Amino acid sequence: MTTSIVMQGVNHWFGDGEARRQAIFDVSLEVTRGSLTVLAGPSGCGKTTLLTLVGCLRSVQDGSVRLLGTELHGASAMKQQAMRRRLGVIFQAHNLHESLTALQNVLVGLQVHGRGGDADVQEAAATHLLNILGLGERITYLPARLSGGEKQRVAIARALVSNPAVVLADEPTAALDRHSSLLVVRMLKALGRDRGVTTLMVTHDDRIHQLADQVLFLRDGRMTAGAN
Amino acid sequence: MNWISRGLLGRLPVGWLQLRHHRMRLAAAVAGVAFANMLVFVQLGILSAMNDVVRTSYSPFRADIVISPYNTNTLTDGATLARRVVYQSVAQPGVAAAAPLYVGQVAWERPNVPATSLIVYALPPESRRFAGPAIAEHLDAVSVPMRAILDGLSRDVDPAWAARASPDTPLEFEVDGKAITAIGSYSMGAGFGWDGSLVVSDLTFIRLVRQRSMGTPSHVLVDLEPGMALAPALAQLRGALSMEPVKVRSFAQAVEDNVSFQATEVPMGSIVGAGVLLGLLVGVVIVYQVLATDVAAHLRDYATFKAIGYSHPYILGVIFEQALILAVLGFLPGLASASAIYALLAHATDLPFGMDVGRSLTVFVGTLLACMLSGALAARRLRTIDPAELF
Repeated sequence: MTTSIVMQGVNHWFGDGEARRQAIFDVSLEVTRGSLTVLAGPSGCGKTTLLTLVGCLRSVQDGSVRLLGTELHGASAMKQQAMRRRLGVIFQAHNLHESLTALQNVLVGLQVHGRGGDADVQEAAATHLLNILGLGERITYLPARLSGGEKQRVAIARALVSNPAVVLADEPTAALDRHSSLLVVRMLKALGRDRGVTTLMVTHDDRIHQLADQVLFLRDGRMTAGAN
Repeated sequence: MNWISRGLLGRLPVGWLQLRHHRMRLAAAVAGVAFANMLVFVQLGILSAMNDVVRTSYSPFRADIVISPYNTNTLTDGATLARRVVYQSVAQPGVAAAAPLYVGQVAWERPNVPATSLIVYALPPESRRFAGPAIAEHLDAVSVPMRAILDGLSRDVDPAWAARASPDTPLEFEVDGKAITAIGSYSMGAGFGWDGSLVVSDLTFIRLVRQRSMGTPSHVLVDLEPGMALAPALAQLRGALSMEPVKVRSFAQAVEDNVSFQATEVPMGSIVGAGVLLGLLVGVVIVYQVLATDVAAHLRDYATFKAIGYSHPYILGVIFEQALILAVLGFLPGLASASAIYALLAHATDLPFGMDVGRSLTVFVGTLLACMLSGALAARRLRTIDPAELF
């Protein structure tokens, strides 16, 4: 089995001078291609920091982070941006663009790969995904007309529409009901099984822990345990 | 916008969608850009009218060289020089002819019509070579005292009435209480300091314009022998007239100096020039305000774009897309309203106000640049984006 994410001896600090404090302590982990891995732990333990390091949103200060075979320690801003295009990111606060319809928000996730591509094909792919997520009737709605759960599903569609190799998700089911949460997790599991999409998810939802291939626990910036 | 997004941008027209989402803000921005455009157009229209008037004021005449009093800045500002300059000039090798040009001003009083101020130009009738095409055919006829060629585009003059003027159907009227007869007409038009003009002989001139004599012309017109180059002729005349308080310029240079003087030295020209800058500044401030507000309102969206892999130039592209849209949407009503104002001004003043393609393109390019500058200033706030903060 190949690994999509490998961290070795990762340390991370915030602030400068006397305000400098360490948030991550010597963390090492491996995430297998196609698996669903959950990062768990109390608030402020460093889960999100790890997610942002893997997501190329922060530079790796110490240790090694290999994402899809690419070393991120010392990676240039350009390389980090290129890597971000290979990821699907789901935010807790959905972060939909209020001026764009549900369909257009999903297209934003598809068009990040630049010019080219048939616009009709892109729209068909985005519409198909929204249909799967139960939003087929709402593709022309602006986010203001969608419920919290619907917005989150649009955000999930935006993350998945470009067939990313790795999905990073921060509490993706926090705004969803039980049914929708299970739908999303099963979809991520199916993507892992069928297409090898790797998911690294931060969540407090115990139901998802049970469906995960691996659950990693963090406390005070240190990896405390991992369960398969 | 679909074909634009697919064909030109190759992406969703995010900038346009953002602008359209806040319709009131968009309407205010477009109105602001349109107002700034109108302001610039009107100022440029006045400036252009001033320049056109200056150029037109030289149109009754032609010459290779103009000799003017050293302290004169325009054709009509009233300074004079000594008539001996004519003889000194014509004595120079390569000079074919020289003639005095007299310029004065008289009042044309008519019943039930406001007093009209006329510029009076005078040439010796034998100096036909210095007459422009519009007056050349009538110049012999004005050798008879108190005969004139009337500007048919003078204010409060019916052009059809003026066009009837001929030696067979002379038009009689009075200027400064003296009877004069128009035996022909030409088209020059009113200026900022006069309502129209007359061309007369030098003899008629000294009868019409008090306190002027034939010994003190306003300018001297000089023609060169065929084959005589302008630059050495100018140098030669400057040398020969070095003891005279005059300036020697080519005819074209005299016109351009006059235009430049109007634009930069005359208070009105400076005010109008400042108005153009003010209009541009208003446009920049309005568009900057709109774009800066929009950028601030969408910082989180832009951070999201960055987090999912979009580049900084992409986000700049969204802002510049908005700037471009505001420039285009604001320019069109600005152009339309300025055209209407030009028509009103032309009707009210009889001055040459009119829209032309060159000015329209200049203002459009200026609007684009001003909007892009505003976009660049507004985009500075993007530096505060940290997509990691989205989590």
